[in-house]
Amino acid sequence: MKWRDPLALIAILLLLWQAMYWVVGDVALTSPVSTFRSLAVMLADPRFWPHVNETLLAFAQGFAIAVVIGLGIGFLLGAHSMTGEVGEPILVALYSIPKVTLYPIILLIVGIGMPAKVAFGAIQGIVPIALFTMNSIRNLNPVFARTGRVLRLSPLASTQRILLPAALPEIVAGIRVGFSLTLVGTLLGEMFGSQRGLGYLLIQAMNLHNMRTIMSVTLLLVIFAASVNAVLLAIDRRLHARA
Amino acid sequence: MKRAGIIRMVVILVAVGALEFLCRTGVISSFVMPAPSTIIYSTVQILASGRFAADIWVTLRNVSISIVAAMVSGVIVGTILHRLPMARRILDPLFATYYAIPVYAFYPLLMVIFGLGDLPQIAVGFLLALMAVIINTLNGLDRVPRVLVKVARMHRLSGWAMERKVRLPFAAPYVFTGFKLCVAYSFVGVIGAEFITSSRGIGYEISYAYNNFDNQVMYPLIFLILAIVTVINMSLYAWERRLLARRRT
Repeated sequence: MKWRDPLALIAILLLLWQAMYWVVGDVALTSPVSTFRSLAVMLADPRFWPHVNETLLAFAQGFAIAVVIGLGIGFLLGAHSMTGEVGEPILVALYSIPKVTLYPIILLIVGIGMPAKVAFGAIQGIVPIALFTMNSIRNLNPVFARTGRVLRLSPLASTQRILLPAALPEIVAGIRVGFSLTLVGTLLGEMFGSQRGLGYLLIQAMNLHNMRTIMSVTLLLVIFAASVNAVLLAIDRRLHARA
Repeated sequence: MKRAGIIRMVVILVAVGALEFLCRTGVISSFVMPAPSTIIYSTVQILASGRFAADIWVTLRNVSISIVAAMVSGVIVGTILHRLPMARRILDPLFATYYAIPVYAFYPLLMVIFGLGDLPQIAVGFLLALMAVIINTLNGLDRVPRVLVKVARMHRLSGWAMERKVRLPFAAPYVFTGFKLCVAYSFVGVIGAEFITSSRGIGYEISYAYNNFDNQVMYPLIFLILAIVTVINMSLYAWERRLLARRRT
């Protein structure tokens, strides 16, 4: 029962894709079967893997930075109510600005190539992780924090032993959102200032009007993003069920 | 103004002041970034000269189209899905995964389908904004108390009258949350798409200025976009607070 719904959804999406292909034809779209086939050819090509590695490396670094800084800001703003009240509107404002426009500035500051991609992925991911963490800490039962004080735990120990475990379900939800946005950021970074990576392949294929590459890379990205998201979602649900 | 608000103003002013100081003293070279005061001055000049008026108009128009389209279709789809639990259950994984998928990856595809005009940019904004509206509409409709539905039944409201007079009004604050996200995502989507490839709009002009190392134009335009988006979002935030305050009494 649990796995039947997602399978039905995938089947419906594939059917829609095929139907769209019949309508618009070869110029705009490749059919599901031929896209999977060309993705397989691509994956078998040794020249393709450096691009995947480049993107994964940039993404992993950006994500790690986003999680560390996001959790830091979130804990600070959540645990200290005045700081939270001052900082929250700033965070919300940062969340809703189109960060793409900041890209040229980041390039000017950190330079072209790997650092730019990492920075761009990280700035997209930090804010949602910080917002989720802040809200989860703020909504914790105040008894938890008081218990920590009664037991004379240091701030670090009470964060580690009480706040973090109690807030974990919400934090995982934030990390899930941060994961997606960091991936988007990394790819966007590659689309502008880079000579390698999947984002670069996409923009290059776009300029050459190479539908086959566009569709295959997009498919690969969708499969990757959807599977990681499914795993994080499963962890998220389990934690929420336990809480 | 509340104390937190005053501290926030001070924090922002100190940050901008520090940036100004670093730029003026040459720690941050003017090739990297002009001083904030210079940026604001050039922004006013650029606006007065009317050089980018057409681009600003195109971007704002496309964002508005995206917002309206996403709001209307999002609320309609949300309302319909709420009545079809079976379809909703099957679509649920899509809702959960939707924002994990980088929408810009579909931009090349949208360009091929919609051609070279303004439609692909609008489509990116629309696709990004749509799901937020659907999810928040569903969320609001889920929370309608049973008693309201029962009263509506006692008055023999038909299905659509019930949606229009009872369910949707109750869900309004949640739909408003969707609206806020819809506005933000429409800006992000349209400007991001303009930035990647397009032939006009503010995003295009920023990317053009960047490629020509034209900081005198790039920074004011970036500032302009950020200022427009922030003012709109803050007004929506304030409006929402007022609506919620009225509802509580």
